[in-house]
Amino acid sequence: MKSDLVSMVLRQPADVQSLTLQQWDLLIRQARKSQLLARLYYYLKEEELLQYVPEQVGWHFEAAWAVTVRHAESVQWEVKKIYRALFSVGVPVVLLKGAAYVVAGMPSAAGRVFADVDIMVPKGALEDVERALGRNGWVTAHHDEYDQRYYRTWMHELPPLKHFKRQTVLDVHHAILPETARLHPDPHKLMMDAVPLDDMEDVYVFAPEDMVLHSATHLFHDGELEHGLRDLVDLDSLLRHFSQTDGFWERLLDRAVEMELARPLYYALRYTSHLLGTPVPNDIQSKSRQGEPNVMMAWLMDQLFYRALKPDHASCRDSFTGLARWMLYIRSHYLRMPMHLLIPHLLYKSFITPYKERQLEKQAQNQPNLAEFLKDVAPENRK
Amino acid sequence: MNVALESADSLKKRLSGSGCYLSIGPFVVHLNTSIPSVSETLGLLYSEISSDPKEGVADFHIALERPSNHRRWLHPQVNFSLDGHVPFKPLPLEQAFPLFEWGLNWCVGSYAHQYLIVHAAVIEKNGSVALFPAPPGSGKSTLCAGLVNRGWRLLSDELALISPKDLRVTPIPRPVSLKNESIEVMHKFAPDAVFGPIVHDTSKGTVTHMKAPDESVEKQHILARPEWIIFPKYEAAAPAKLVQRSKNYSFMEIAEQSFNYNILGLRGFDTLQRLVDDCSCYDFSYGRLEDAVEVFDSLPVSNKQVVSS
Repeated sequence: MKSDLVSMVLRQPADVQSLTLQQWDLLIRQARKSQLLARLYYYLKEEELLQYVPEQVGWHFEAAWAVTVRHAESVQWEVKKIYRALFSVGVPVVLLKGAAYVVAGMPSAAGRVFADVDIMVPKGALEDVERALGRNGWVTAHHDEYDQRYYRTWMHELPPLKHFKRQTVLDVHHAILPETARLHPDPHKLMMDAVPLDDMEDVYVFAPEDMVLHSATHLFHDGELEHGLRDLVDLDSLLRHFSQTDGFWERLLDRAVEMELARPLYYALRYTSHLLGTPVPNDIQSKSRQGEPNVMMAWLMDQLFYRALKPDHASCRDSFTGLARWMLYIRSHYLRMPMHLLIPHLLYKSFITPYKERQLEKQAQNQPNLAEFLKDVAPENRK
Repeated sequence: MNVALESADSLKKRLSGSGCYLSIGPFVVHLNTSIPSVSETLGLLYSEISSDPKEGVADFHIALERPSNHRRWLHPQVNFSLDGHVPFKPLPLEQAFPLFEWGLNWCVGSYAHQYLIVHAAVIEKNGSVALFPAPPGSGKSTLCAGLVNRGWRLLSDELALISPKDLRVTPIPRPVSLKNESIEVMHKFAPDAVFGPIVHDTSKGTVTHMKAPDESVEKQHILARPEWIIFPKYEAAAPAKLVQRSKNYSFMEIAEQSFNYNILGLRGFDTLQRLVDDCSCYDFSYGRLEDAVEVFDSLPVSNKQVVSS
């Protein structure tokens, strides 16, 4: 198997001292592809290893770090806006994933790249929440009728909303897995145990165990593993952070059983400790095997995950990597929906959606360009 | 070794084999391509740059290749990829070299946040540096191409790389892009300059590239701090006119023309503010390049020593 320098450095940051310039080049490329360049910078800084970064390549780390600092600032800002928009609705709002890490000031936020903000609200409040967000500029990004129905009937979230001015994307969830999924962690229980934030009334983050379980579920049961290694780093960082509190591991195991999430937790503990050296105590590791699948399945999942959890870079692929990623993609859909729903959905997505998109593109070409038009009408009105 | 010292065949072979490592401004670009027009135009327009930095280490690993789809035979296309990532839709094969130039702009603009990056041309003479921030179509490139053929040093045609630390601009003297009418204008104005092939029907109209002066490339390691910020505007048959401009508006306009002002946050704001405070700001309209050259040569010479390496 080819060399995955990112995981190597994540496991043993001090190993960077022996990297050649060519290896630094490869490390940066793999890390960029995995969205982990800024995160590596953070680890190197924490471990006081920045002096070993060759001058020629140092800027890549600093520039990537600057982007994530900015990301974190905009997430803070975005959350404030969401808070203001939803305050009047009077329902609890739980920040999920990246937004939660940033606002709760957790080490998992450092150097993390964010695509959008995710929140969870009680299902009964969805309509009010959507209306309040709409009044404040968040409108649906999916105009296709089929997409709308797909999300609203089967998924655990509204179709993604986009702020019309800032173009930021907001995902509003009411559960952590689709309604049609095979596992059913109870969203009510997650809400009940959520931890309030200090300075925003009615805004919460998940309890530590639930944060880990959500991250594990997302990566091993739901996600498409596009940024698998990045998500694994999230898990590693959450586990290291929370395990400093007494009794965390036992609570985590119990909660996993209670929430029907023993399987994703088993995978999470297995692959974080194997790939990133996460210090999971032995007894916890063996107790987590209650979530282990049968021998054949466990072997197959190893084959798939050990490939898909490498950086998605040419230097880390072997002849089976493509197949592994494809099988996990199919698996994620299979776990989301029963076959009688999944097959029509995939057919629609592969044939009808591209056709509709082509039609829309054609229409757009025939329409006069608004910007051009305005330029003609009012050429001197800039400034 | 400079690109010029290599035979066209050997350059082509290296580009399509393991690729060439090109020192372009502060960056090392690893370019891989088997498209003949790219290697030919590269040999022509980048002849003075060094092509053998340390093998295997580059800031940008770029490939230009033909996508292997059914259009291969009827309407051949070209794809730009950065280390396996394809950020744009493919373009017609004839546009391969312009695509390299645009793609490289994209790489720098998307990643090099150690600089405040402004869409601007930068030129220097006798230690005094002028920055031309301008939206496309303002005549910035034409003016810049004209002046660098009359003794000004080219630091940049498209991307001003400004250091937040000391406001110095790091040169990245690449071929100057010329569009539509300005191609003809420049051929007449500087018949001895080296031009790449003319490419029609691009999204920017007809384009070509003019080679950066050899001396500018030789001096690409010499940083310089801007002293004038000048907003050029081409107006047919208008006399050359330099008019002082409000610093506030200049600030706003440069921020709008910056690729990463938002990403740098407070640091970007602070850098831009110091830059605008430090420079004299002008609007410059012109109808003939000859007049422009005259005006620029009589710009008040600075007494500051702004050049250093």
